[in-house]
Amino acid sequence: MIRDLVFVLLALLTVVPAFWVVFSRNIVHAGFALLFTLVGVAGFYGFLGADFLAVTQLMVYVGGVLVLVLFTVMMTHVPAVGRRRHGLDRLVPPAVFAAAVFGVLYKVITVVKWNVGEASTSPTTAEIGTQLMTNYVFPFEYVSIVLLAAMVGAAILIRERSHAGSDDAIAEEKQEARP
Amino acid sequence: MKLMYDFFTGQLGLGAAGANITVAAVMAVIMFTVMALCAIILTWMERKVAGFMQSRYGPMYTGRFHGWAQAVADMLKILGKEDIIPAEADKGLFKFAPILVLLGSLLAWAAIPWAPDFVAADFDLGLFYIFAVSSLVVIGILMAGWASNNKWSLYGAARGAAQMISYEIPLALAVVPVVMRAGSLNPQDIVIAQQGGIWHWNINPITNPFLFIAFFMYFIASIAETNRGPFDMPETESELVAGYHTEYTGMRFAFFFLAEYANLFLVSMIAALVFLGGWWAPFPGMGWIPPALNFIIKGVLLVFLNMWVRWTLPRVRVDQLMHLCWKVMIPVSLLCVVGAGVWMMAWGQLK
Repeated sequence: MIRDLVFVLLALLTVVPAFWVVFSRNIVHAGFALLFTLVGVAGFYGFLGADFLAVTQLMVYVGGVLVLVLFTVMMTHVPAVGRRRHGLDRLVPPAVFAAAVFGVLYKVITVVKWNVGEASTSPTTAEIGTQLMTNYVFPFEYVSIVLLAAMVGAAILIRERSHAGSDDAIAEEKQEARP
Repeated sequence: MKLMYDFFTGQLGLGAAGANITVAAVMAVIMFTVMALCAIILTWMERKVAGFMQSRYGPMYTGRFHGWAQAVADMLKILGKEDIIPAEADKGLFKFAPILVLLGSLLAWAAIPWAPDFVAADFDLGLFYIFAVSSLVVIGILMAGWASNNKWSLYGAARGAAQMISYEIPLALAVVPVVMRAGSLNPQDIVIAQQGGIWHWNINPITNPFLFIAFFMYFIASIAETNRGPFDMPETESELVAGYHTEYTGMRFAFFFLAEYANLFLVSMIAALVFLGGWWAPFPGMGWIPPALNFIIKGVLLVFLNMWVRWTLPRVRVDQLMHLCWKVMIPVSLLCVVGAGVWMMAWGQLK
């Protein structure tokens, strides 16, 4: 009874703002609405007994990704309402894409045999740590190398732009390009 | 918590679920009251410390004794102020932002163990959870800055968010060596691991010098995380008026104010329980002091240190702030994590 109530509340917290994200005319409002959806998903993780995942969801998505999304959105120019285009070309491709994604997800959810059971209430952190350092140490290290590459790439992109235009930078680049 | 739970199930005959909910509600009320009280006391303390640092008295008249009632008078004044919302502001977000900022710090307060088994939310991930929910504050600040529709507010918010997400990294990294030592993320376990007087606290440089360095990394990062001087770039009154809360008045301003002091006390309490032995008394003969009092005294001393720094050092520039974080504190904190690990392996301190 209480579990059902919690589930419904969490579902509302996740889905209603998600609609707001999609349909809001104001892109900044959409960004802020995403906060509730992400918190709702974290709530689901917690509800299912995945406490570590829930807190990580908050830490990564609310504390990191959402802040960056908001930064980007706030720095972009918000077009005045009314000058929007409402043509079919703006409606059809997203609709087709959304339907395709929905179809795939629906298929996955119905086809996979889910291991349904009582959510465990025991803490998961220690177990996750042990698994990451033993059975899954290769994927773990692999992911860290991918992330490192992404970080270095981002740093290089920023550096090039700040140098670009200055004669020194161009000369330097030519020097480096020579074999 | 166990005692309270037993009281509700035994004496009042509530069921398990009912007792749990009642305990949670009682703890929420206690936490909120303590938080509001602590904001009022810390405001007074800040003024007196500022006066002391600058060779003046600070408030002296209200309430006769050293102006103790000044903070109460200020609170009453703030409650009576007109609530102004700028015409061009985004009204919904403008109203919601202060709530979100306060919510972020209040949620984090829930996981603080004040005394053995006296914690509102006792769960295994306490410390990680505290750092995670603190990020709601960042979102609230961005929301306030953007919704105010004011250039100063937006600059303040952008600076605040950039600063807070940057300094969150050394802040969290500085705590990692302690977690490694205690073998748990539960604040209670971390405190229990430091039992036995000042020599067993994590800050002791003889047991592990890297934890000693980590404490200072944590302290510096926590000043930046609470947006206080010398890192108060988001509020720089000489350039940004008041930063992200420029447009706020009355009760909504009070929410930001409350959140600032709640956060200040929160980071000090975390430092106290992670590095300074939480509720344990410093010396063996001092067992008669109530654990919660020990803990609060340590927290208040750290707050005093924080205020001392704020009223002594000049403000840094934005680029200096970022330089300090990314090129000094993060590498040193990472070194602390590795060094502490190697040290614990070498001396067999690992659990």
